[in-house]
Amino acid sequence: MTSFAKPHINLKHAKRNDLGLTWHDYEGAMSTLCAGCGHDSITACMAKAFFELSIEPHRAVKISGIGCSSKTTAYFLSESHGNNTVHGRMPSVATGAAAANAGLTYIGVSGDGDSLSIGLGQFAHAMRRNVNMLYMLENNGVYGLTKGQFSASADIGSKSKKGEINLSPPIDPVTLALSLGASFVARGFSGDREQLVPLIKAGLKHNGFGLIDVISPCVSFNDHPGSTKSYAHTYQYYHPAVHADYVPMSEEIKTSYAAGEAVPVELHDGGSIILRKIDEDYDPRDRGAAYTQIAERDAKGEIVTGLLYIDESHDDMAAMNKLPARALNTMPYETLCPGSEALAALQKGYR
Amino acid sequence: MNAPDGWKQQNGVPPTDTANPDYFHKVVDCQWACPTHTPVPAYIRLIAQGRFSDAYILNRESNVFPGILGRVCDRPCEPACRRDRVEDEPVAICRLKRVAADHKDDITNRLPKKPAQTNGKRIALIGAGPASFTVANDLAPLGYECTILERFDVPGGLMRTNIPAFRLPEKVLDEELGYILDMGVDLRLNSPVGSMKSLLDEGYDAVFVGTGAPKGKELDLPGRSEGGASIHIGIDWLESVAFDHVKSIGEKVLIIGVGNTAMDCCRTSLRLGAKNVKVMARKPRSFFKASPWELEDAEAENVEIIVNHSPKSFVVKNGKLTGMVFELMEYELDDKGTIVGQKVTGEEMIPCDDVILAIGQENAFDWIERDAGLEFGKWDMPVVDEVTFQSTEPRVFFGGDAAFGPKNIIWAVEHGHQAAISIHQFCEGNPVTVRPIDELKLSSTKMGMFEWRYSNSFDGAHRRVMPHVELAKRFKDLDVEVELGFTPEQTATEVQRCLNCDVQTVFDTPLCTECDACIDICPVDCLSITPNADENTLRHVLENPALNDDQTLFVSEALPFTGRVMIKDENICLHCGLCAERCPTAAWDMQEAQIIINHVEDMI
Ligand SMILES: Cc1cc2nc3c(=O)[nH]c(=O)nc-3n(C[C@H](O)[C@H](O)[C@H](O)COP(=O)(O)OP(=O)(O)OC[C@H]3O[C@@H](n4cnc5c(N)ncnc54)[C@H](O)[C@@H]3O)c2cc1C
Ligand SMILES: Cc1ncc(C[n+]2csc(CCOP(=O)(O)OP(=O)(O)O)c2C)c(N)n1
Ligand code: SF4
Ligand code: SF4
Ligand code: SF4
Ligand SMILES: [Mg+2]
Repeated sequence: MTSFAKPHINLKHAKRNDLGLTWHDYEGAMSTLCAGCGHDSITACMAKAFFELSIEPHRAVKISGIGCSSKTTAYFLSESHGNNTVHGRMPSVATGAAAANAGLTYIGVSGDGDSLSIGLGQFAHAMRRNVNMLYMLENNGVYGLTKGQFSASADIGSKSKKGEINLSPPIDPVTLALSLGASFVARGFSGDREQLVPLIKAGLKHNGFGLIDVISPCVSFNDHPGSTKSYAHTYQYYHPAVHADYVPMSEEIKTSYAAGEAVPVELHDGGSIILRKIDEDYDPRDRGAAYTQIAERDAKGEIVTGLLYIDESHDDMAAMNKLPARALNTMPYETLCPGSEALAALQKGYR
Repeated sequence: MNAPDGWKQQNGVPPTDTANPDYFHKVVDCQWACPTHTPVPAYIRLIAQGRFSDAYILNRESNVFPGILGRVCDRPCEPACRRDRVEDEPVAICRLKRVAADHKDDITNRLPKKPAQTNGKRIALIGAGPASFTVANDLAPLGYECTILERFDVPGGLMRTNIPAFRLPEKVLDEELGYILDMGVDLRLNSPVGSMKSLLDEGYDAVFVGTGAPKGKELDLPGRSEGGASIHIGIDWLESVAFDHVKSIGEKVLIIGVGNTAMDCCRTSLRLGAKNVKVMARKPRSFFKASPWELEDAEAENVEIIVNHSPKSFVVKNGKLTGMVFELMEYELDDKGTIVGQKVTGEEMIPCDDVILAIGQENAFDWIERDAGLEFGKWDMPVVDEVTFQSTEPRVFFGGDAAFGPKNIIWAVEHGHQAAISIHQFCEGNPVTVRPIDELKLSSTKMGMFEWRYSNSFDGAHRRVMPHVELAKRFKDLDVEVELGFTPEQTATEVQRCLNCDVQTVFDTPLCTECDACIDICPVDCLSITPNADENTLRHVLENPALNDDQTLFVSEALPFTGRVMIKDENICLHCGLCAERCPTAAWDMQEAQIIINHVEDMI
């Protein structure tokens, strides 16, 4: 446990967002993770993204499972709603919440263990359903909280802290998501906030399920030579392919990119995501090509990052299931619970 | 290496040289701003531990008069204090100094002693003000025979004759001058020096001129000579009050000028029977020369400060001063607040019984013959070297207000230290330009997990308000000290407000794994990792851009993994140590930086 507190300093010239808040207003309790953990860096990026988007903290919902990564919902947006669910079950709770109140912004926080082992089924179905949420998968290749066992994302040949070599093939969340029809698929790295904060903003604004697989080194159990999820390894093989910036509707798109380089993708809210290709021949709007490219690069050991696939045309869960736009808690009781006669009539229909 | 090409920038700001003592010295804003470079945070920590005597001695090494300065220092350290930039008000540095002086034990046996033998070198020090006393303090313990020649029958200079006893009690002054006299200094009172030539003929090895700026400025307006008896020159009048020659003043008094002398004149008038005192200013408030706290104290005593009144004439009826006529001024200011135009909109007669002129001081060197070997330059001032304080007559040195015009006590002390070094070098036959250099000593303050050798957690308390004697009581006598000093509770709180700016964030580049933990934990967002670039770009990369160019930007060497650099805006760092606490590899460490300012004793 930590025994220090971060003071709240009101700097005279602190940056403020449209709500008059500073990014420190988007912080949470002091992190109790190991010093240097990539997860903490991602936490800061999430707080910054909500701050920059001027989302009112009480209009946001954080949901997580179990793991060091899942603990981090306590460390940002202390003024928002949250639910730390059981291991691997975050997607169901998020799905239910999103169905009950479509007006809030949902962010799920999970780990490679939580999402790719015990929770793989839940994770897959949330993508299939296109739940309107951003899913942050903080990927360190191990079960950090239970002291560093290999997780399902560990690469073949990666070495554990005690010297054991992983032989099972990894599940790559990005290619998995592409194959399951996810509409926003990205990969980031906790060490590059210049890339990550805009990605989170774009993901929050995307309509439907957004996945960001974030490489997030575990300093205590997976940051040694031989590990393929260490800071040293990730920095070495790190390869940004597409940069994404969210531009709100109110803001004119002023930035001028060289022709052919920048691709605007219009969003449901009227804003856009500006895609800036770093790799010229990579097209994040072509699922098949993206899949092939990523698989080829992965095989070479390169860590391709950025907004790797986006499809704004896909209906989200609410649209597919004709869910009410209005939050259930604002509906009259009679509408929510039309009484036993209505129930009997409904049941009769199924007989 | 696949990392983005833009990360590894060869050109950009070169790595910061933190081995240069000036780098960390500048981070300790108060110490850097203090003319004598008093190690403020170090003495505040001693006070926090109740080690008042140690705090006093540490102070004394640089500023020589902690008891005096803890009351009346111009305190350039306070406007510089970092606390002011992260909260509303600076640490009460000056008044904490007084705490050390008031609560210390008998420290006489810790002071430099009169040496058993002198070195045979005789030094004449003209004027018994703080400048001469500092030279004596530095040289007497080394064996120099120091003789102070003073025209009055008491020592102390303006500290005795002009700074009123309600701000600086005589007891405090006597005690701290006494410490120096006890080092075997020969003080000759009632000994005005009337001729530099004859003094030089007396064969002193060196002469130090510490005669101050003893002449008050005149205001030659119609009616000046007729109203003479009721029109006083501020510094002469304060001197007459100090010497009990003046014991009363009229009911209605006008003070002309708004510098610190004016503040002492108005408050002294109230103590001599004046009922209605007005301080008359030619310009608006933003142009006042007096320190804000002096203005505050005067206004608390119901002194009225009237702006935009320019003196025109004295009104004298039947040989008696009855008032003064002022022109009413209107000024035009630009965006920066500089006056770009002015006009007179009318006139006003303000009745009064006495007028005190407090519009400045000048030097008076009529006793230095122009053929004594000293060159005189601009404004008929002797030519004095700004580093060595030597005049063009190699045997004669200057310091204090006599060197470059009126300043303040702490500058007089610094001049004294520097002149002492020069006099020593001169007497040893060394070039006076060879001077001791500053040194830097760093030591880690880490004691364990979450444990540092200083109180690192930020304390949000606001500045303590100095308790004052009630208004009714303080006018009874001239020497009722107005400020009561901090209570123990106030002291305990105020010491915690100091951010310990001398406990430095020291960065060890090869250890950094670029995990960003320090950046996220920093409560003031003064860190970042970024591709190197020109300084302006780097300053804008930070979450809170580093816009205060007076403050340094630290730039590390290229980081091992990506070639980017760690940058830090020194401006708002709280020295809270959270970055070092969070760093998994101890790339950041909190190290106490002792800036060693060497004096003449360190050259022996
Ligand atoms: C009203 C007033 C209030 C002030 N308040 C403050 C304050 O609150 N804080 C602060 O820091 N500073 C203050 N100052 C300024 C401060 O007092 C001076 O800057 C400081 O005393 C200068 O020291 P010094 O040693 O150069 O000379 P001085 O203190 O002026 O001492 C010079 C000495 O030389 C003697 N002398 C002069 N000529 C001769 C001669 N020919 N032969 C022999 N002796 C001679 C004088 O009698 C005097 O004793 C104030 C000044 C005034 C006028
Ligand atoms: C039902 C259940 N099974 C097992 C556990 C033990 N457990 C706690 S956290 C965890 C793995 C977490 O790994 P990951 O999601 O990668 O999180 P990290 O700590 O690495 O961030 C496991 C297996 C549990 N808490 N509940
Ligand atoms: S906070 Fe303390 S060390 Fe820092 S400038 Fe102020 S007094 Fe000096
Ligand atoms: S000591 Fe470190 S964490 Fe604290 S303010 Fe300074 S740079 Fe930031
Ligand atoms: S916490 Fe330490 S290792 Fe991490 S970025 Fe900061 S200095 Fe580097
Ligand atoms: Mg994990």
